Amino acid sequence: MKTIAEINERIKKGQAVVFTAEEIIDIVKEKGLAKAAREVDVVTTGTFGPMCSSAAYFNIGHTKPRIKLGGGRVYLNDVPAYTGLAAVDILLGCTALPDDDPRNRVHPGEFHYGGGHVIEELVAGKDVRLVATAYGTDCYPRKKLETLISLKDINEAVLFDPRNSYQNYNVAINCSSKTIYTYMGALKPNMGNANYSSAGQLSPLFNDPFYKTIGIGTRIFLGGGVGYVAWQGTQHNPNALRGENGVPKRGAGTLAVIGDLKQMKPEWLRGLSMQGYGATMAVGIGVPIPILSEEILKYTTVTDAEIFAAVVDYSDAYPQRKPDILAEVSYAQLKSGKIEIKGKQVPTSSLSSYPKAVEIARTLKDWIQKGEFTLTEPSIPLPGVDAGIVLKSLEERKIEEVQD
Amino acid sequence: MAVIKKIVLRFPKRLVDRPIIYRLVKDYDLEFNILKASITPEQEGLLVLELKGKQDEYDKGIDFLIKAGVNIQSLSQDVTRNEEKCTSCGACITICPTGAFRVDTKTRLILFDNDKCIACGACIPACPPRAMEVHF
Repeated sequence: MKTIAEINERIKKGQAVVFTAEEIIDIVKEKGLAKAAREVDVVTTGTFGPMCSSAAYFNIGHTKPRIKLGGGRVYLNDVPAYTGLAAVDILLGCTALPDDDPRNRVHPGEFHYGGGHVIEELVAGKDVRLVATAYGTDCYPRKKLETLISLKDINEAVLFDPRNSYQNYNVAINCSSKTIYTYMGALKPNMGNANYSSAGQLSPLFNDPFYKTIGIGTRIFLGGGVGYVAWQGTQHNPNALRGENGVPKRGAGTLAVIGDLKQMKPEWLRGLSMQGYGATMAVGIGVPIPILSEEILKYTTVTDAEIFAAVVDYSDAYPQRKPDILAEVSYAQLKSGKIEIKGKQVPTSSLSSYPKAVEIARTLKDWIQKGEFTLTEPSIPLPGVDAGIVLKSLEERKIEEVQD
Repeated sequence: MAVIKKIVLRFPKRLVDRPIIYRLVKDYDLEFNILKASITPEQEGLLVLELKGKQDEYDKGIDFLIKAGVNIQSLSQDVTRNEEKCTSCGACITICPTGAFRVDTKTRLILFDNDKCIACGACIPACPPRAMEVHF
């Protein structure tokens, strides 16, 4: 029906018709699918939640005399960065912790500050302490470096997240008799609460469940700036169990995303502390979906009542990697504030922020309507259900003594 | 007229071993419910109370506490939310024992009701962006 090039023409003229994935539900009800598909150009999505597989890499520029950080040690505000790259390229993961953080020595640990907090501070324009040691070479003689750095001082600063924007996620519950502290928050004993983490009907991959439009090179809202889908995310599993509407009922697809950190905003990259678990970062992502056909539009009208997630016991099934689930519940039920599990009313909490997801989808809509953000044609699609992907778990093998 | 108030009392070291709260009951006919109590390593006492009684007796009781040297603060000021840090995720909702947080069903923003807060502190480490702050 429409092509991305035609939609971009309309965006450039300021004529594009854009709705958020929340608004489109009523628009299609009102106009009908066929008419709406002709009129609507883009549907915008959004999600803002903890995404542990997030990182940034930096090129800090060469010192005088030169230092080779590769193979040495680098700390940013006491948080260790990865140095197994060239002389002045470093990578900081959002779950990295200072060496002297007590972690879970007194359980549950607090995890006040980690890599995600450093990234947030850098994006906020703040100075960060860089302390490095190196072994020294003939061409890179220096062995120590202590300096302040900020994003404006350094060459590249790139957000590169190997896995973000999970298509769906478990609902976490605790069947044991004591409180447990997980990446899904504190879970009270005897199914005292249930925590979920998805924007549901606004979440990017719920609105394009078979990856018909989202692919490698798709331009997106990332951390308050512009980014791109770099690859499928790690653990991308298009063959997860799906409902009749095609929407996955389990984890399923993921995105690896990339973008220039210098144009992002601290409001959309937030360091988080998960009690008893660790430090992480909340990432804001919004993906535009070009309405190329009625089928694509139909997918974007999915509602919370039609999206289901698995309730999993994080005191046993999850840590022991058992496939058991307690129930399947819809996001409409989760958002009602309680779900019923084994005859018990269990109050629910979210870890992903729906108001922030709405704000992202609206911001992206605004950018497109103003003609500031055009759509890209993906270079290749994300691997779909026919790609033959089987998600592997690690089956351990004994390391044999080396035989001469 | 009856009054119910939540207050934070701080006892200097010299008062820690005196039966101050007993006097509130005996002399001013005030009902109390202890929400939190602790003694710091420097031997200062901290007591979070809900006090209930007649307005004039309540006022006299508070006057007695002040004269005895107890530092008094109203509780509602003690746990606050840093609005810039809060992302309205909702992790606090099921953690709070008194239901001081709720979701606005329309906007899904998380609302914090100071009046319901008993300053137990459970929300503080449970909040991922650490938006809840306690001031004792």
